Amino acid sequence: MNNIFVYIELEGGKVADVSLELLTKGRELAATQGVRLEAVVIGSGVAGLETELAKYGADTVWVADDEIFAPFRTLPHTAVMCGLIEQEKPQIVLFGATCIGRDFAPRVSSALHSGLTADCTQLVIGDHKDAKTGKEYTDLLYQIRPAFGGNIIATIVNPDHRPQMATVREGVMRKEYAAQPAAGEVRAIDWKKYVKDSDLAVRIVERQIEERKIDIKGASIIVAGGYGMGSKENFKLVHELADVLGAEVGASRAAVDAGFTEHERQVGQTGVTVRPKLYIACGISGQIQHTAGMEESSMVISINNDPEAPINKIADYAITGDVNEIIPKMIKYYKQNSK
Amino acid sequence: MKQNLKIVVLAKQVPDTRNVGKDAMTPEGTVNRAALPAIFNPEDLNALELALSLKDRTEGSTVHILTMGPQRAADIIRDAMFRGADGGYLLSGREFAGSDTLATSYALSCALKKINPDVIIAGRQAIDGDTAQVGPQVAEKLGLPQVTYAEEIVEIKESTLVVKRRIEGGYEVVECPVPAVITVNASAAPCRPRNAKRVMTYKYALCRSEIAAAPESEAAQRVAAKPYLQIVEWAAAEVDPDPAQLGLQGSPTKVKRIENVVFQAKEAKRLTAADEDINSLMVELIASHTLG
Repeated sequence: MNNIFVYIELEGGKVADVSLELLTKGRELAATQGVRLEAVVIGSGVAGLETELAKYGADTVWVADDEIFAPFRTLPHTAVMCGLIEQEKPQIVLFGATCIGRDFAPRVSSALHSGLTADCTQLVIGDHKDAKTGKEYTDLLYQIRPAFGGNIIATIVNPDHRPQMATVREGVMRKEYAAQPAAGEVRAIDWKKYVKDSDLAVRIVERQIEERKIDIKGASIIVAGGYGMGSKENFKLVHELADVLGAEVGASRAAVDAGFTEHERQVGQTGVTVRPKLYIACGISGQIQHTAGMEESSMVISINNDPEAPINKIADYAITGDVNEIIPKMIKYYKQNSK
Repeated sequence: MKQNLKIVVLAKQVPDTRNVGKDAMTPEGTVNRAALPAIFNPEDLNALELALSLKDRTEGSTVHILTMGPQRAADIIRDAMFRGADGGYLLSGREFAGSDTLATSYALSCALKKINPDVIIAGRQAIDGDTAQVGPQVAEKLGLPQVTYAEEIVEIKESTLVVKRRIEGGYEVVECPVPAVITVNASAAPCRPRNAKRVMTYKYALCRSEIAAAPESEAAQRVAAKPYLQIVEWAAAEVDPDPAQLGLQGSPTKVKRIENVVFQAKEAKRLTAADEDINSLMVELIASHTLG
């Protein structure tokens, strides 16, 4: 009882990265609390997934396996999740802040009348004293998230309601195998108790999903271009430098909005969060919405014609000048020196 | 689909957090929220357009805005009327202060029970919190199905709507019975502009507390003569809530701490576009195995 639940999201039959990241974090939280980490899999044809989930530390794997659960639909998944939570009474439930998690986690929280914090970037266990009543709480989940367009960081707690629920953005937490695989003991959810006919009222008529072609999350070097690149034509320079360095191409929202490149490359609050060992920001001013998605890069090089650009405050190297002149020079001197 | 649909759009007036200019920064490098302009939440405008296009396609339908906020939030109801909405409801009162998403959803659901709409349409999320929780939570409170991330109503059938929704890596088309809650993505059609003739008419629309502030004014008398200029305003007690579920006490989540994000300036090594600067940088990066 009072264990930690992670909802396992499936992408084409595979476990989504964000769920593995949550198991990695959940394992750490479970260890500090001395409780078990439990994965919840709701899908169709999911037998065998427990092996992978166990490697990431799942002590228990709850399974509801039926055709009605795939593709994802809000109401049946909500019904199963609520039923299982009421039965098992976990203290913490974590979801990915994905299209799926952000769709049904709020519904689960409303049905259980329990708090939910969206898009957390950090989860920590800590104590809390209510400022008004003076009541003290131990071992609450601190749910830490940016708000107000990234201009503030808020720490949220749910003192009096259980479970404490949070969604977490993909890519902000690390994904790591446990030192020893956990048991991954499979337990069937008695889902027929929970799903009503009316939960199947929404029908999927058509579905068109392409596998992600561009995925910059795991890149160790990222060359990113901003609005300061000036044009789609000039943005090709960003690709050229990335090709030479074996890097991925990233972009700021302004560059994506201007049509210089694809949305999948957008780094920052409304895009992906990255932490490469080297991030080269070309013509990016460094609005907080962008830096929130890359500030954990090990090294940042900025190229900007404005020496006062905010990006320079987090850069290790700030090159002041014209991107169209500097990028070709970087390519030239990289080639000269790497041979 | 039956005609005469009663459509309600959930909208919020928000501080414009997207363009925090120099004027909105304090000397300490934090945001001065009061200095940000209050705007119609962007995705709620997409929701309004989806609602207006549904109205255009079903004879005799109406579109009303429902918003919770202070008196000045009536501005977005007027703005919606300029763009084609028939009217609006303002839910206002100190009982609602400090609401988290659950308490907000509860308050809105109480008002919606009173309005009893056929279709509820909301923006996916508001830019001050970016939670995307209120739409699904309102749906749950009312026991209605939900369609999130909608882009377009593809077809209006006898008792269902066929909706295209944008999801990771593609799209999905779903058929959903009404009544239902639909939340709308920024990728949906942008809202139609304000109509000059409607602006001339509805700029005189007022809510109760605005009239009460100047009951003898010409504007107040105009509203009294023309009921379509009356924006409905409800205090908490008028939507029959359980007071324990409102505001701060009805909110399971509590804000423990707020930190302003301040750029931690570190000393960047300054370089120029000169050949020797770029050359030595590349040599350094290769030597440290940062590159290749």
